[in-house]
Amino acid sequence: MDFPILTVITFVPLLGSLIVLCMPKERERLIKQFSIAVSFIPLILSILLWVNLDKDAGIQFEELVAWIPAIHVNYHVGADGLSVPLIFLTALLTTLSLFYSSFTIKNRVKEFFFLFLLLEMGMFGVFVSLDFVLFYVFWEIGLVPMYFLIGVWGGPRREYAAIKFFLYTLVGSVAMLLAIIGIYLNTGTFDIIQAAALRPFVENFTLGALAFWAIFLAFAIKVPMFPFHTWLPDAHVEAPTAGSVILAGILLKLGCYGFFRILLPMFPEQFHYFAPVVAVLAVISIVYGAMVSMAQWDLKKLIAYSSVSHMGYVMLGLAAAAFALGSKDMLTSQAIAMNGAVFQMFNHGIITGALFFLVGVIYERAHTRDLKAFGGLASKVPYYYGIMLVAGLASLGLPGLAGFWGEFFVFRGTFAIAPVYAAVGVIGIVFTAAYILWKVIQHVFLGPFNEKWADLRDMDTYEKITLWPLVGFMVLFGLYPPLIVDTINAAMTRLLSGLM
Amino acid sequence: MTELFDWVRLIPLFPFLAFAIILLFTQRNQKLSTYLAWVGIGLAWILGWTIAFRAMADPHVLEEGFRAPIFAIPTGRGLLELGFQVDALTTAMLFMVPFVCLMIFIYSKGYMHGDPRYSRFFAYVSLFATGMLGLIVSDNLLLLYIFWEVMGLCSYLLIGFWFEKPSAMKAGLKAFITTRIGDVIMFLGMLLLYSTTGTLSFHEIFSEETLHFLKETMVWVPLVGTVPVAPVIAILLFGGAVGKSAQFPLHVWLPDAMEGPTPVSALIHAATMVSAGVYLVARMFPIFALLPETASMSVVAFIGGFTALFAATIALAQDDIKRVLAYSTISQLGYMIAALGVGAYVAATFHLITHAFFKALLFLGSGSVIHGAGTQDMMEMGGLRKKMPITFWTFLVGMLALAGVPPFAGFWSKDEILAHAFEEFLHKGVASWPFFVWLVLSLGALLTAFYMARQVFLTFYGETRSHHMHAHESPKVMTYPLIALAVFAALLGFAGVPEEFPVLGPLFGHNFFHHVVGHAYPATPLNWGVMGLSVLLALTGLFLGWVVYGRNPLKHGQPDPLTKLGPMYTLLRNKYYIDEFYSKVIVRPAVALATLLFRFDNSWVVDPFVNLVGKVGVWLSDLGRIFDLNIIDGIVNGVAAVTAWFGKILRLTQTGKAQNYLLVAVLTVLLLLGLYLYLPM
Repeated sequence: MDFPILTVITFVPLLGSLIVLCMPKERERLIKQFSIAVSFIPLILSILLWVNLDKDAGIQFEELVAWIPAIHVNYHVGADGLSVPLIFLTALLTTLSLFYSSFTIKNRVKEFFFLFLLLEMGMFGVFVSLDFVLFYVFWEIGLVPMYFLIGVWGGPRREYAAIKFFLYTLVGSVAMLLAIIGIYLNTGTFDIIQAAALRPFVENFTLGALAFWAIFLAFAIKVPMFPFHTWLPDAHVEAPTAGSVILAGILLKLGCYGFFRILLPMFPEQFHYFAPVVAVLAVISIVYGAMVSMAQWDLKKLIAYSSVSHMGYVMLGLAAAAFALGSKDMLTSQAIAMNGAVFQMFNHGIITGALFFLVGVIYERAHTRDLKAFGGLASKVPYYYGIMLVAGLASLGLPGLAGFWGEFFVFRGTFAIAPVYAAVGVIGIVFTAAYILWKVIQHVFLGPFNEKWADLRDMDTYEKITLWPLVGFMVLFGLYPPLIVDTINAAMTRLLSGLM
Repeated sequence: MTELFDWVRLIPLFPFLAFAIILLFTQRNQKLSTYLAWVGIGLAWILGWTIAFRAMADPHVLEEGFRAPIFAIPTGRGLLELGFQVDALTTAMLFMVPFVCLMIFIYSKGYMHGDPRYSRFFAYVSLFATGMLGLIVSDNLLLLYIFWEVMGLCSYLLIGFWFEKPSAMKAGLKAFITTRIGDVIMFLGMLLLYSTTGTLSFHEIFSEETLHFLKETMVWVPLVGTVPVAPVIAILLFGGAVGKSAQFPLHVWLPDAMEGPTPVSALIHAATMVSAGVYLVARMFPIFALLPETASMSVVAFIGGFTALFAATIALAQDDIKRVLAYSTISQLGYMIAALGVGAYVAATFHLITHAFFKALLFLGSGSVIHGAGTQDMMEMGGLRKKMPITFWTFLVGMLALAGVPPFAGFWSKDEILAHAFEEFLHKGVASWPFFVWLVLSLGALLTAFYMARQVFLTFYGETRSHHMHAHESPKVMTYPLIALAVFAALLGFAGVPEEFPVLGPLFGHNFFHHVVGHAYPATPLNWGVMGLSVLLALTGLFLGWVVYGRNPLKHGQPDPLTKLGPMYTLLRNKYYIDEFYSKVIVRPAVALATLLFRFDNSWVVDPFVNLVGKVGVWLSDLGRIFDLNIIDGIVNGVAAVTAWFGKILRLTQTGKAQNYLLVAVLTVLLLLGLYLYLPM
């Protein structure tokens, strides 16, 4: 048997977290260094994973071991062009978060790093699982550490935010669990690939629709889509910097990933039927999220709401692809839309991750995130301004940076299938430019210098090191998108041809 | 041959490298940053001109184009190929763009001297040059759009270059958002084109099959109904041009953009970026002209013609030396757009090129004036002719070119537009767009000559109207570029002299420009009447300008004679109050709506509903607790109580005396015996 790379990626963080648990808590330096070192193992392995991925071969690196044979539950993991970029993203953001936190987290260090590694395992687990029960277990495991990260290291309203996040996600999970059981009873398997091939409830559309909506709810809350999004601003604002980064960068992607890996392959008929509803919610998320962002005066909350808008692009691309299921000549547009959606997931991870780090940088110094409190900082902290500008421009979809391609492909794919949705959705582009340039750049950096910040220090080396890789990817994928689209496109084309 | 054209890939790369190196490494070293920027644009210029001149001599490249692919992005089972190209239109642009850029880069060394962000300026303008050069060599609409947006970014950064000034900061934002509205419309046009034809590559779009296909295809548009697809694509793409080339109603950003350093105004907001909108329409011209009887051409003609006249009227009443030129730019871009709207493809491109030279010259000249005089207000200037002779003479050349006085460059290009519009009008009659275009552009020519005369007389003639002005000529690094540009502003027109024109026509290669760019289009016939009229109008404008401002130069404290126009003057001076209108009708409602939606989200509906669900949950569990306490526990306790009660009663029987137990046993036996005897078996 080959080297079980996915298992190693997933469980090295768990092992690391258990070792951290055994360390004496006053050895903070050791705990920090050890945790960062541990997180490098999955990072390097995930790069190897991407390099070795045969993009035309579908699910790879599979491992299949019986787990609970009585009910046919297996330990089944695997990866393809959809999950590999996300696994890499998870590893990258976790390492950067741990590195950044090793400078900023001062209390309960041991617990923090323990929970963070545990969280990493949960996220990897979701992206590699090909068995429903395994998927569900990892899905839930991810919740607990994040609950504590917000609840213990968060801001003033951390308890409200943490419990809201936990309960809201749990409501969705319960619905999903019921659907999973239903699918098992109908198909006799918990295997995601097999179940999708069997098309659960193929003989009964209504039952299928029920299961569809149950799973939809779980993922839509996580994405989050309008109107299930209000846990997000609270959780983001209260979470510590690294928590926000992971929350926005990865946890939201778990929901999107679920749509691609489970909902679309398993219920194409229902998805096709309900695609207009999903598309409407996606367009609302895009425009409404952008407009509500524009109304914010808290920098962190602004970026939190911008996530609602940006994840709307992902859902729009997906909904458009589902919309066109069954029409044979739409494959190109569908593939483009889905490529855009997956690319957008990755981009949102690096861009919004960077933006949350940047919020952390200023908050550590100024102890405020009120946009009205700043002004004219560009000449005082030019480095910070430069990085914020690049991240902001990437976020507003400036061509030449990664964010553009995701949006372009989503709109291109959607336009050919459902032009009206795309035409309304592009309004979001204008508002995104407005809130990034007007609210963030102008209020914080431009105009007359606010003397209150005369002692403000520019970015420290550790902060620069945290942001360089993210900015690097924004530029790299912005200038040369085939690097990532090649991988995604093969997986999406394969997925779509399977549904035809 | 092929090898040389392959190098077109490097043209945008040189300034990009300069940008990256300056930004990352040499910010502290101003001198090195300057030279890096110069080397970047200089190499692009040398290569650009080498390629352009080689292409001019190569009919194959001019007619078919040469393509140099860069990379391809997979789209399902297909590919989206991106690349660069050299063709006729690119060749014309390659002649203009890198040279004007180079002149302005050189000039900037003097103008930006001593600025704390000097190096960053050169980084930004180098990135801008990347954008503009990339735009003109793109072989497909997507790549064009990418460079288009990169230029938009640079424009934003450079308008707000002195961002400490709130007016500069606001102007930058206004420029970005306003043009982005146009860009979004263009984006939709691009999506429609791409999803209709399946390609964005120019040579594929303009192939016969695709054009034929577009001609036949219909599309359903909300509110309009089913219409041919080509004009819809054209009008949507035109939205981008309206934003970028500052045409009505999206023109409002360009005058404010004058907050940027003057070389930026010359480079971005006069010569290159703003003409990208015209370039876009010219580039996509086969789509616009595919169904000439539909709205695509008339919309372009109307917007261009209207803007040309409208902006010229505003220019009359501005006192800021740069704002006059800004409105003049809007007006001249209107000429080009209107020219395309009446089908004068070659004339429009020609005017684009000549205008770039003389408008860059005028802006740099005004920058030299500002640099020397220390003010932008023409009402404070006067008499600068003697103190700044080189600036004056070069400015005069630019002014005559703009006013359309023969034989300066602007005369030939503007006249070709008018002649073409007139020719079309003769074909189509008075109730046609060409007639409208010819009429407003002729009127505009009069106004143009007048406001330029006003500018020259106010700035350079008479006596200074400010006591604290110590004007001086600018350094050589600034005046040499002026001279170089003035040469082109004076002579470039000869590249496009009509073929039939006596002596000059044959002398300058039978309308050389038309041979380069217009192989697919018939030449505009020479029309002496139109030409005579346009010269007459230009001279009349100049004469009127002299009457009002030149004969008796304005003295200190004297009001502008135009104030005698009364409310008309106020209206023009306030630019028809369009800014105020937009602020009240669009900007504020949008912001208010955003705030309203946030309240809806956070305080009124969405989140309160979530919290309500949470509260109902808590309340239900409270209810459960009460139910539990009183009913469930009650039942349990009740059962216990009943059991206890029974126990209490039964306990009475448990006496502990053997006699009582024996008695019970005997009685039981007797009872069972009785039952046995009496019950029927």
